[in-house]
Amino acid sequence: MCVLVQAIGHFTIGYVRDLGRMGRFLLKSFYMIACHPGNPRTILKQMRFIGTKSLFVVVLTAAFTGMVLGLQGYYSLAKFGSEGMLGTAVALSLIRELGPVLSALMVTGRAGSAITAEIGIMRISEQIDALETMALDPFKYLVTPKFIAAVISLPLLCAIFDVVGIYGGWLVGVKLLGVNPGAYFYEMEKSVVWRDIYSGIIKSLSFGMIIAWVGCYKGYFAGHGAEGVSRATTESVVLTSITILIWDYFLTSILL
Amino acid sequence: MIILHDIHKSFGIQKVLDGFSLDIPTGRITAIIGPSGEGKSVLLKHIIGLLQPDSGMIKVDGESILGLRGSPLNRIREKFGMLFQNAALFDSMTVFENVAFPLQEKTTLGKAEIRKRVLSVLENVGLKNVEHKFPDELSGGMKKRVGLARAVVLSPKIILFDEPTTGLDPISTRTIHNLIRETHAKFGFTAVIVSHEIPEIFDIAHNVAMLFRGRILQQGTPDEIMNSTHPAVKQFINGSLDGPIHMM
Repeated sequence: MCVLVQAIGHFTIGYVRDLGRMGRFLLKSFYMIACHPGNPRTILKQMRFIGTKSLFVVVLTAAFTGMVLGLQGYYSLAKFGSEGMLGTAVALSLIRELGPVLSALMVTGRAGSAITAEIGIMRISEQIDALETMALDPFKYLVTPKFIAAVISLPLLCAIFDVVGIYGGWLVGVKLLGVNPGAYFYEMEKSVVWRDIYSGIIKSLSFGMIIAWVGCYKGYFAGHGAEGVSRATTESVVLTSITILIWDYFLTSILL
Repeated sequence: MIILHDIHKSFGIQKVLDGFSLDIPTGRITAIIGPSGEGKSVLLKHIIGLLQPDSGMIKVDGESILGLRGSPLNRIREKFGMLFQNAALFDSMTVFENVAFPLQEKTTLGKAEIRKRVLSVLENVGLKNVEHKFPDELSGGMKKRVGLARAVVLSPKIILFDEPTTGLDPISTRTIHNLIRETHAKFGFTAVIVSHEIPEIFDIAHNVAMLFRGRILQQGTPDEIMNSTHPAVKQFINGSLDGPIHMM
């Protein structure tokens, strides 16, 4: 019994300490972005890695998500004889929800894991210590450029996801299932309002921040050796994905 | 002068430093020897503020570094250069970029001047035509030399060497030791070398201190340590299996 209480206590203290450290990490990241945003070239390099190199996977996911939405939406709407509303259904689902969330999850798998692995390897090979011994703040070189790059890249990727997804839905709905092309776009234009678009953008911005925050944090405090880095990378992907989904719920309830 | 007084440090239940005290004189080469796993690297990390002791006092040129963070700590760290055990070169940068990095970040020198200095420092450590290579294309000895070049490029007042020759062949070891001696003669920095290279390290050190069970067992000139009558020091220097030091 005593051992059980001790184990629960140990876990709780460790968990709370970890949360506090994560919070401090985020605050320091904000402070460093404000004071030392880093070299623009490094930020561009990171945008190329996080944004441009994720384009293929994002476009592919978007096309098939839009096509599935076209199929499922047609199936549901046909029951009410409202196939003409397919454009609205596809666009709202993508712009408000699936675009930001799925593009963020794709970037998490591709770039979030790589961010953790890169920083983790620098930690275990003492490269971060080397920066510190040179009286240089590692945040300026490793964390802030990734933060800025992720926050800029995610909304752009999300916008591309939305457009490709809408055309995916159009391909299936209009070309395959025979929905009126005019109705598809006209209904969409009529019902999608500015509020839908900016809620998607706000979500993307915050997801970009979560990806960089968790990815950098897990790498920065990676354990020892190759096993420590591999564990940090796994934890980073799992924690980022869960945080994105939970945060998405709260953000939706605020922005709705 | 670096003063370490009554330093205690534990990691979990493992006590690494247990009342460690040592004075490191300015402008001299101090070697810290001792069996593996006795906390020599941990000690260097305390001197440069990468680790904080559980208790004790560390002063660098009369200034305590305990509890310092941010810019006050960085101001003290600017006096230091450090050569890590595995060189800790930035693996995404070339040799040239590694050595140029401190100059780009800490000075206002122009590109041409930086290039001149980097190539000159690389030549001083015996490296030519490798500036475009990446660290993983270099041998262990070459990596250490690049690490040494990076450590001295800003002409620091104090340089910490964490096992600068471990894993190198005897000729490379001798070369690195000669480089340390020559650069020391040229720049006159304070050097702290953690090493296992017995007796080679006695050729370049002015003072030698032996760390055992978390504290200094004996310190003195290389001659004094070589002729020590202390059983553990004697055993370590002779590499004997019989004595107070048990590795298993």
